[in-house]
Amino acid sequence: MAVRREPEQLQALKELARNLRLDVLEMTTRVASGHVSSSYSCVEILTALYFGGVLRYRADQPHWPERDRFFLSKGHAAPIFYAVLARAGYFDRDELWGLRTVNRRAEGHPVQDKLPGIEMTSGSLGKGLSVALGHVLAGRLDRLDYRCYVLLGDGECQEGQIWEAAMAAAHFRADNLIAIVDYNKYQESGPISREMELEPFADKWRAFGWHVAEVDGHDIGALIETFKAMWQVKGQPSVVIAHTVKGRPVSFVEADYRFHGKALSPEQAEKAREEILCA
Amino acid sequence: MRLGEKAGLPPARQMREVFGDALLDLCRKNEKVVVLDGDLCSTTKTLRVREEFPERFFNIGIAESNMVSIAAGLASCGFIPFASSLAGFILANGYDQLRISVALAGLNVKIVGSHGGITLGKDGPTAMAIEDFALVGGLPTFTILVPSDPATMYKAVHAAAGHVGPVYLRSSREAMPHIYPMDDCPFQIGKANVVRQGRHLTIIGCGIMVAAALDAAAMLAEEGIEARVLDMHTLRPLDREAIVAAARETGAIVTAEEHLLHGGMGSNIARLVAETYPVPMRFVGLADTYTDSGEAEALLEKYGLTPMDIVEAAREVVAAKA
Repeated sequence: MAVRREPEQLQALKELARNLRLDVLEMTTRVASGHVSSSYSCVEILTALYFGGVLRYRADQPHWPERDRFFLSKGHAAPIFYAVLARAGYFDRDELWGLRTVNRRAEGHPVQDKLPGIEMTSGSLGKGLSVALGHVLAGRLDRLDYRCYVLLGDGECQEGQIWEAAMAAAHFRADNLIAIVDYNKYQESGPISREMELEPFADKWRAFGWHVAEVDGHDIGALIETFKAMWQVKGQPSVVIAHTVKGRPVSFVEADYRFHGKALSPEQAEKAREEILCA
Repeated sequence: MRLGEKAGLPPARQMREVFGDALLDLCRKNEKVVVLDGDLCSTTKTLRVREEFPERFFNIGIAESNMVSIAAGLASCGFIPFASSLAGFILANGYDQLRISVALAGLNVKIVGSHGGITLGKDGPTAMAIEDFALVGGLPTFTILVPSDPATMYKAVHAAAGHVGPVYLRSSREAMPHIYPMDDCPFQIGKANVVRQGRHLTIIGCGIMVAAALDAAAMLAEEGIEARVLDMHTLRPLDREAIVAAARETGAIVTAEEHLLHGGMGSNIARLVAETYPVPMRFVGLADTYTDSGEAEALLEKYGLTPMDIVEAAREVVAAKA
């Protein structure tokens, strides 16, 4: 389905992104746990994929064989992933309030099929590209033309398995595999450049045989265009390096990487809500 | 003396050869089966599948972590992936992936660990797997199969494909003598085979140690000790019924495995026996050690995995009954 990106539609997607941020805030504040800042850097990426006409899916048929696949490899962004799946119609929004709670289904990190729409278990980093490549190979045997999208964290790209899979995906000419890196420049302990440098990042992907695109990871229109441009790439996998801001748009979260893995206090959450509504 | 000779067991081909044939046969019968390799197909004998079904064979290269997660992806799409490498390599390099990508969701992935145990010998301890039962035992949802001869290998490969869920299958480089006729071998996952009847004790073996147990039973018979021998081809789920019956009916148990005693078959059987019908037990297996490189026979001798070691354990445990 083609999406006309007229100003009012983009406006609607921005409004949706704002509401998704509020969902995440409520989910994590209620349970006083969860990765808010890592979720906020990829809100627009997920909004573009699920609501911008990029992914082909049927929420009422999560195992539809011809669906495009989305794999959340940076599993700690589970809150925003669940919020997106709920708004996409995979399950009732009531599931969101069971985040990280015993006898509920919204696990701290996604577990495959625990909730409809979760394609893969994640939480130990580095698995997504490989699992997606398994789906790519399966699609060839089944003669299906679905695409596989994998959202990676930037720090996650320090895992050796990412580069095993990067080598293999190029070897298998997986041109229906599209990796997206949420490049928010921070990992748990601090700035990536200080803790374990990834640069020259785009060059690394190119050296492994990938087509590389870079984009402002908070510009929904640009993200949609970039993802669709990747459909034209033939004979090699693609990676979209999405430059993002961790914690966006909450000023005091953006300013302090130590918010990684932390929920906000009720007072902080109230302040964050105001900033989100004004952004 | 050749393993199995005392018990009158006929010699057989290498287990990895039998595995290669069984897997090829399975691929011919079931088009959903795909094979993943960590660049060891000529060693593990999956090469035959590569030659006959190139489109269903993927050499992932020397990258076992990647291989395990790719297998998870294929299984999620309805295929039945058999991912194979040396047992020590695929389990140790791919353990995180086995936990996260396979076990947690209970995916239909089959892991074949070749060169299990110490009998691969000359390549030495880095190529051996003496901890594979313990490693896979640490992964809920996995079924563990350990064939003891060509017939059980053939059956185990097909049973693994037929079972929905993760399976670990131990293969070996070496030959194990025929215990069953190729065309007449009972094999049901979770159901041990009684391969010799006896009333004074039960020897529970798996893999190559079933033949050793039968040799030992033949020696013990000459001393008037009648040993029951169980082929515990499934280490998980263990055959609770057969184990409790062994304890109740024979009053003493010796376990024998080509694996570390820590976390192996024997310790799990002991837990079950302790919970149900405690009887004296002895354990034949590797003490807390890695081994040298060397001839299989010399290693089995040095590290206490011979029929004679089982005989000595049996004498002790029978004496302990009184």
